[in-house]
Amino acid sequence: MERRKFIKKTTLTSLAALIGTEIVFGSNMLKDYKPLALQETDPFKLFSLDSEMVVLNDKPWNIEAKAHLLDDKITPSSKMFIRNNGLISTEIDEQNWTLTIDGESVKNKTTFTLNDLKTKFKEYTYQLTLECGGNGRSEFDPPAKGNQWTVGAVSCATWTGVRLKDVLEAAGIKNDAVYIGYHAADTHLSGDPSKEPISRGAPMSKALEDETLIAYKMNGKKIPLAHGFPLRLVAGGWPASVSGKWINRISIRNIEHDGTKMTGTAYRVPKFPVAPGEKVKDEDMKIIESMPVKSLITYPKSGAIIKKGDSLAIRGHAWAGDLEVAKMEYSIDFGATWHQASIDKPVNRLAWQHFSASINFPKVGYYEVWARATDSNNIAQPMLLPGWNPKGYLNNACHRIAIKVK
Amino acid sequence: MQQNSSEYKKLLKKAERLAYSGLFLMGISIGLLFLKIYDPTLSIFEGKQEIAEVIDEDLIENGIHVRTGFVDDVGLMTVVNNCTNCHSSKLVIQNRMNEDRWNATIKWMQETQNLWPLGDNQKIIVDYLVKNYPPVEKGRRASLTNINWYELKK
Repeated sequence: MERRKFIKKTTLTSLAALIGTEIVFGSNMLKDYKPLALQETDPFKLFSLDSEMVVLNDKPWNIEAKAHLLDDKITPSSKMFIRNNGLISTEIDEQNWTLTIDGESVKNKTTFTLNDLKTKFKEYTYQLTLECGGNGRSEFDPPAKGNQWTVGAVSCATWTGVRLKDVLEAAGIKNDAVYIGYHAADTHLSGDPSKEPISRGAPMSKALEDETLIAYKMNGKKIPLAHGFPLRLVAGGWPASVSGKWINRISIRNIEHDGTKMTGTAYRVPKFPVAPGEKVKDEDMKIIESMPVKSLITYPKSGAIIKKGDSLAIRGHAWAGDLEVAKMEYSIDFGATWHQASIDKPVNRLAWQHFSASINFPKVGYYEVWARATDSNNIAQPMLLPGWNPKGYLNNACHRIAIKVK
Repeated sequence: MQQNSSEYKKLLKKAERLAYSGLFLMGISIGLLFLKIYDPTLSIFEGKQEIAEVIDEDLIENGIHVRTGFVDDVGLMTVVNNCTNCHSSKLVIQNRMNEDRWNATIKWMQETQNLWPLGDNQKIIVDYLVKNYPPVEKGRRASLTNINWYELKK
């Protein structure tokens, strides 16, 4: 005990020296809480990540995949992007975890234990595409503020749990319900316990969809800590921030949910097209709902050299928010001509779809293979960056890989 | 007599060994005693303390502040002390903004993220950021760069 006190004291002192200031709330640190500086700092060990994953930010954790790492049909957790807004709680107690349904529009405020959820409701499993609203942000010009995601902030794992609508209906939904908002156990970066790092949600129509789950399993196992253990809201096809991690409360609201990162400019884009760099008033911004059509070439990895005369097999995934991908094409001449790729049906609604093609190149040289998906409303991915927006969301420009034929 | 003398020598050697061992053990005991006095928790026998990692907190190598990855320039420590308390330096380094937008970002952090008033430090911080992390024009679609070429196995 003496030793722990000594270490805690020296830690606080050395941390204070390190940051050149007193640690606000330092004296409130729990006895067994290890300050971040002393926690396991190797995310590859901490989250069992593939060694090629890219760490964009370590406080909070923001880690993305590369296109070729996403080749699996079902994304394993080792290759799954992590986007945290706050710090992962160090006190997650699965045994005593509860989920409370409350809010202005709940008929009976109800608290469920994990066991209640697992035994009182029917279990469903869906493969669901989760893409960060800011995936592709790094390409915007002028650059947008935030984590500079390239292409790897997307995943499609299987999620097992109960339908949100079954749980909401068990508590009772009043007629004036318009939105749900989640609350979770993560900690605000400032350490201020009165602040929530993120508390987003979805309108009732999305909340009541069959595929919107309160999940307790990912890929058949307990959800990994970084992805929301022990309970995660999963709403495929929408910005992944709607799929709240470590959730312990869902409020049924009679107004559009006004939690952290629901208001202002967070996860919002202009209501009308704006010029690059233009200032946009908050009231001219609207909440992002379904994500746009997009695709990724996951094989081969960019930079492949092949022999003249050899054909090149390519494959990847395509997804379209709430919609389905209707057509998949590729071009090896920078969009002058497009060729059809074959595309599978999704295993279930909101799962990504797999495409493949075999390409013959006319002569030696440098090529780029560009992939373009078209959704069921006949909207295709642009080759150039889509409309600039202040926060750099929704970049669904075509993915491309470099190929050399020798 | 000869027998007695060799016996005596043996005895002498035995005594000598005993004395040396005693001296050796005494040395160790004194060592342990000093250790106990100067390191009462005997912590040197436990793995390297993680606290030691922050000893080189000011180290600069090749113009980069090793602990944070920030470019070494006027205002570095003001940036380190004010901008890495809540979030990682990695979040700063990956962003590119002009003066207006860095200032707007600071204002947003003060309004929503509990960032304290920066006073005169704000200009030092923003000047440092604009100089070392300015926007780079990328156009509507950049060329593919940093391609790692490899022979594709069939």
